[in-house]
Amino acid sequence: MKKQTIVIASLFVLVLLFVGGSYFYKNADHSVTGEKTTALMRPHAYVIGNPNAKTTIVEFFDPACETCKSFYPFVKNILKQNPDKIKLVLRYAPFHTDSYYVVAMIEAARLQGKYLEALEVIYKYQDKWASHHTPNIGLIWGFLPEAGIDIEKLKDDMKKPEIDALIKQDIADTKTLGVKATPEFFVNGKPLLKFGYKELQALIESEL
Amino acid sequence: MNQPLKSSNLVWATLFLCWLTAMIATLGSLFFSEVMFFPPCVMCWYQRICMYPLAVIFLVALFSNDKNVFKYAMPLVILGLFFAIYHNLLYFGILPESVAPCSQGVSCTSDYVNWFGFITIQFLSLVSFVIVFVLLLFLKRKAS
Repeated sequence: MKKQTIVIASLFVLVLLFVGGSYFYKNADHSVTGEKTTALMRPHAYVIGNPNAKTTIVEFFDPACETCKSFYPFVKNILKQNPDKIKLVLRYAPFHTDSYYVVAMIEAARLQGKYLEALEVIYKYQDKWASHHTPNIGLIWGFLPEAGIDIEKLKDDMKKPEIDALIKQDIADTKTLGVKATPEFFVNGKPLLKFGYKELQALIESEL
Repeated sequence: MNQPLKSSNLVWATLFLCWLTAMIATLGSLFFSEVMFFPPCVMCWYQRICMYPLAVIFLVALFSNDKNVFKYAMPLVILGLFFAIYHNLLYFGILPESVAPCSQGVSCTSDYVNWFGFITIQFLSLVSFVIVFVLLLFLKRKAS
């Protein structure tokens, strides 16, 4: 009888710890604070929307990531619905093999004033160049002229040390911030804890 | 209280520790996935398949004072231990990840938790299976 009491009491304590722990975790402030805030936003990052907007979404993405591709129109639409209120800061988390070079292409296109055009073309043909069976980033060269990009200039610009430094800084920042998967969103420094469209929308709305 | 434990008490206490370990491992892994939203990788799922039933099996054994629990629990522990060892070898790069069934979804080698530089989720799982394995061997010797 006494043994059974020990078991039931332990079960009760364990469940209580779990429930209590969940409650505290959910209510704790997970915002990025202190020195880490510099890792969240770098002056080199590309910004969409009003630069003085009150609400800032920081997105870490990988051009080869399918979920990033499907979130792109969703986030863009939220920006459109709230003109001037939100800005989107695009950061890189090139976790896939060769994503580094794709990011370099996007950054080189930025020097031609074609940042979003390049990004959109790269996303558009993602299933071709980032196919699971035969990934081949070389295919992107054939798609970029569609965005009106000068490929020869792009290839030269990609080698620039500033671009290399920028990508390396972003990769270092993913480590500082603990970004493990893409896309990772931070809204006014608050990370998206549970991943999903609805959850992201709710987080953005709570920060508007 | 200072009297030496009777053999049956010792068996019970060992079983209780087995259950406690399985229970903490189960709730801990659920905390990681359901509260902290760390997505479990394929390898984690195989280890969960072995660990979760243990939390129930040991509880039933505790209440019915079943000394045969070794027979039912050990196969699960050995299977789980196998996956846990494999997973840790992957994590430390001793086995290449390309041979693992992790190419899609979540990588089996990313560390969501890294306390003191060596305590990862993979490591915690291995430790739990080793504890239960050793306790069960001890239980078998004492019970027979």
